[in-house]
Amino acid sequence: MSRIKIKKKMRVFVSYIFLSILGIIMVYPLLWMFSASFKTNNEIFSSFSLIPKVIVSGGYSGGWKGSGQYTFGRFFANTFLMVLPTVFLTVISSLLVAYGFARFKFRYKKFLFALVLASLMLPSEVVIIPRYMLFNRFGWLDSYLPFIVPAAFATYSFFIFMLVQYIRGIPKELDESAFIDGCSSFKILTHIIVPLCKPAIVSVAIFQFVWRWNDFLNPLIYISSVRKYTLSLALRMTLDVTDTIIWNQVMAMSVLSLVPPVLLFFFTQRYFVEGVATTGLKG
Amino acid sequence: MVSRKVLKRSARRDIGSQGYIYILPWIIGFLVFQLYPFIASFVYSFTDFSILKPMSYVGLNNYIKMFTADRLYWKSLSATFKYVLIAVPGKLMFALFIAIILNMKLRFINFFRTVYYLPSILGGSVAISILWRFLFSKDGTVNVLLKALGIPPVDWLGNPNLALGTMGLLVIWQFGSSMVLFLAGLRNIPSELYEAAKVDGAGKVTVFFKITLPMLTPIIFFNLVMQMINAFKEFNAPYLITKGGPLNSTYLYGMMLYENAFAYLKMGYASAQSWILFIIIMLFTALAFKSSPYWTYYEDGGDF
Repeated sequence: MSRIKIKKKMRVFVSYIFLSILGIIMVYPLLWMFSASFKTNNEIFSSFSLIPKVIVSGGYSGGWKGSGQYTFGRFFANTFLMVLPTVFLTVISSLLVAYGFARFKFRYKKFLFALVLASLMLPSEVVIIPRYMLFNRFGWLDSYLPFIVPAAFATYSFFIFMLVQYIRGIPKELDESAFIDGCSSFKILTHIIVPLCKPAIVSVAIFQFVWRWNDFLNPLIYISSVRKYTLSLALRMTLDVTDTIIWNQVMAMSVLSLVPPVLLFFFTQRYFVEGVATTGLKG
Repeated sequence: MVSRKVLKRSARRDIGSQGYIYILPWIIGFLVFQLYPFIASFVYSFTDFSILKPMSYVGLNNYIKMFTADRLYWKSLSATFKYVLIAVPGKLMFALFIAIILNMKLRFINFFRTVYYLPSILGGSVAISILWRFLFSKDGTVNVLLKALGIPPVDWLGNPNLALGTMGLLVIWQFGSSMVLFLAGLRNIPSELYEAAKVDGAGKVTVFFKITLPMLTPIIFFNLVMQMINAFKEFNAPYLITKGGPLNSTYLYGMMLYENAFAYLKMGYASAQSWILFIIIMLFTALAFKSSPYWTYYEDGGDF
């Protein structure tokens, strides 16, 4: 073997070692959290090992019961009640609007689309107080309507942008020939655009699911009664309510709260990673 | 052919007004949930608005108070700038570095990509903030690990000089999303460029600075703007991990806004602060856009 070849092999070898070590560092906190949920409180503080010396399941049963009158079953159900309609309506409304922008000519279109892009840059912090007052006047506070209704009106402009980019990539000739065959524009949307947009639609749904699932600030502002708490509020509560935190319970419930996004990620990671790459999405 | 053309033209005209019907949900949503609140918060910023009492006009008082009388404001502003300067370049440089290694045509790339991407999915959650708070607490796991290596414990979150950096680590841990974008960008660089450079005998460093980096700049630029906006409004990390402490060293802008608006109910004042945040973000974005012709290379818009 020539010297250059050996050098190259060495470089590949070193790269693998480096990538593996980095991978371990990246997932170590997650694995540690998982193992901590089975550890005793003492061991959590005294060891960095990923394998518990004594396995206790009290973290899960105790944590699930919660400290107050509601179990984590309730908080899971609440989170789904908030997230699923929001995701569904986001997909429908963004798709309609994106189709309108991508396929039709109308006056002020350029200006209106510029507004879509501008609202992308608008930090939500600027509008949060008047929005709160608005929802207060509508009587929507302490319900999931502040999440669901705006989704029905395509206010998550990021997804409009993403779908417009995707629809533009679909050849226009397809719609035109369908039109000549007598298809209405709505039928063109449902029969031609939607099937071809599937990857983009799936990415919209996944991203919106994960973002809404993880959202903490908005539930914190809009939801006040414990009965309606989402998981993120419930987790915060376990930290702040009790004086002595039972860490394995906190860790156990934290682990459970991450299960839906993790499962979604592993089953759809093709869309995730490629959706990000093709649309230039942030994560 | 003629009839087809006529049909096409009539098709265009016919569907012209339909466009509005499709974008109608957005028009309503934009007016009610974005434009109205945007204008309202500007109006609120000149009042002493609070849910507790009727509001009255106070002119520029909120703005004057913020910059002259509110010590916490300056503290928060400087902490936020520091945080942005640690988190954003740190994340982007690390993401680029790893993307370049992954682009070396190694095997198992998909595996590594998945592992590195995972934290980006979970990082924003309360669960991870709790985990971070625990791992880096005084008697947390990181210090247990250091002790095993014979290194004295570090007060990661209790030391005002370190707390922001520890929170920045949480952002850098989520480098996967930016890495995936860079990886896609690297794949799109034509290999002829590298071959030509090789023929010319260019060294690796030269190739990186003269080919790789210029070809990636649009993606870097996009990432920079988006990450900057996110970092400027960070809320979860200070609120859940450090509660703004120690000594307000991690009292970031997002947390200050939340407390003024929803804990102290000073909504007029908070609106004024949110407008300053908006102006800062706009200035930075404009700066990035304006400077981009100097350092951004677009394939379809070269200057020769």
